[in-house]
Amino acid sequence: MLEVRLQKRFSPSGDSAGFELSAQFQVGAGTTVLFGPSGSGKSLTLDLIAGFSKPDGGRILLNDRLLVDVGTGVFLPPQQRDCGYLFQRHALFPHMSLRENLAFAATSLPKLGRHRKVNQLLESFRLTEIAGRKPNEVSGGQRQRCSIARALVVEPAVLLLDEPSTGLDTTLRHEFYEILARIRDEFAVPVLLVTHDLEEAFILADQMHVLIDGRIAQSGSPREILNQPASAGVADLLGLFNLLPAEIKQLDPGANRSKLRWNDVELEGPYYPARLLGDRVTVCVRRDEISVTPKMGKAEKGSLVLTLEAASETARTALLHFAGGLIVELPLEEFAENRHHSEWTLRFPTSTLRIL
Amino acid sequence: MDYFPLVLSLEVAIAATAISLVIALLAAWALSFLEFRGKDLLDAAITLPLVLPPTVLGYYLLIVLGRESWLGQAWESLTGSPLVFTPKAAVIAAIVHSAPLLTKYLRAAIESVDPIYIKAARSLGLPEWMIYLRVVLPLCQRAIAASAVLAFARSLGDFGVTIMIAGNIPGKTQTLSVAIYDAVESGNASLARTLVLIVSAIGLLVVWVANRMNPPQALRS
Repeated sequence: MLEVRLQKRFSPSGDSAGFELSAQFQVGAGTTVLFGPSGSGKSLTLDLIAGFSKPDGGRILLNDRLLVDVGTGVFLPPQQRDCGYLFQRHALFPHMSLRENLAFAATSLPKLGRHRKVNQLLESFRLTEIAGRKPNEVSGGQRQRCSIARALVVEPAVLLLDEPSTGLDTTLRHEFYEILARIRDEFAVPVLLVTHDLEEAFILADQMHVLIDGRIAQSGSPREILNQPASAGVADLLGLFNLLPAEIKQLDPGANRSKLRWNDVELEGPYYPARLLGDRVTVCVRRDEISVTPKMGKAEKGSLVLTLEAASETARTALLHFAGGLIVELPLEEFAENRHHSEWTLRFPTSTLRIL
Repeated sequence: MDYFPLVLSLEVAIAATAISLVIALLAAWALSFLEFRGKDLLDAAITLPLVLPPTVLGYYLLIVLGRESWLGQAWESLTGSPLVFTPKAAVIAAIVHSAPLLTKYLRAAIESVDPIYIKAARSLGLPEWMIYLRVVLPLCQRAIAASAVLAFARSLGDFGVTIMIAGNIPGKTQTLSVAIYDAVESGNASLARTLVLIVSAIGLLVVWVANRMNPPQALRS
């Protein structure tokens, strides 16, 4: 278990605005993803944990061992931290063969068993055949496997990964995800992975921390975070939500109902505890949870008719842009059949209207 | 023609380059990798010989290494002969002339190594000295070799410090550059011309070799 509480300040200088990291989170067994936009302090956090940089405040505990405690002046050098670090660019030593890379890492292990350990890992990561080659003589996938094997040589207590899949093509990316699953199951090393890729976070994360502007905005499983973003910032970052400024017009706890007004449109939601009539709130509704059909005949009660302003298509879905900035996601085939319609009927299922 | 000054100069330059290399590798490591009090002062002290007049440096060295000095006497009691006005003093003069510049070159070379390799090695638990010897230095070995070649050329060319602490004793401490001065002073123009051409040829060769050794960009990943 890795317990992190960190502060680091950068005062504004020249054309760079100041930045303050103030984050507290835990990393347990399995894969923990630190998710955030670029500039949110993710890589800085990883550097502070690995010992490449000194925090201004806070402490880091790894399996009850104190790595950093600013209060008492404890600051272990990276060498003594037991933190494996995987770099985006692999950082294999270019002047050594793959085997030498592993063997060099093994020099900090007891002499007995070094050789066996290196051979085991080369075998385990299918590198034995090419172990005599230099990193620039092997493929990107092999380099990646080698850098992971090298990090595991010293049996780290936690593995830190800095945007490891950036720049990988789809095949390599999936191979990499399989390796990460092996690290979790076979080697049982907790992993802390930094990424700004939501899909990756969902594939890999057992636990996820959302970092925005140097602060943890939300922690939980990816599913939990998607179901109930803690703030507009998180919802915005996930990029899957509509955020609608609205006013609470009616609250009925008995019938578990409420009425909200957004842009002269009345929406029907569930009862919101701890809210008052007249409260101005942000309604957060997922793009793919709004039901949308081309307008046929007269509008039904409780539905909303809007004009399609624009549409954009991705590999699997179409994004429909309506007046007021509302975006709805629709399977591509469904949109293809109806793309000529300009008037659409929208329905907001009651349970999908979350309030932030 | 007497080849003694040429042979002595080459011997002095080889010895001085070897010793300078060791000094510069240590100094460059300290300046690039260690954090300690007085680091700026060390940096300034290493730069000082590059800006002070050679006669001033020579004067200091005479005080520190002369027969009256503590170090000079220790040397004399240890080896039975004085240090100043010997070929060894010429080596010291050449070191003072070349080590500061070599330190600057090496520092630039080792700081050009991509820090990602150093971070990777640290996270693998490897001690700092091992990272320096087995990661940093091999990754900039061509730049180090090029710097050493330039340092060799510089050791070959010292005049001021050499004449102050090694003197101008023909057949004993008279190096090439001192011999040229001596030849000009005594009106031996043809000897001066020959020696000047030899020194120029060596200098040209050395610069050409050093340029060919420029470190390849590939090492910077």
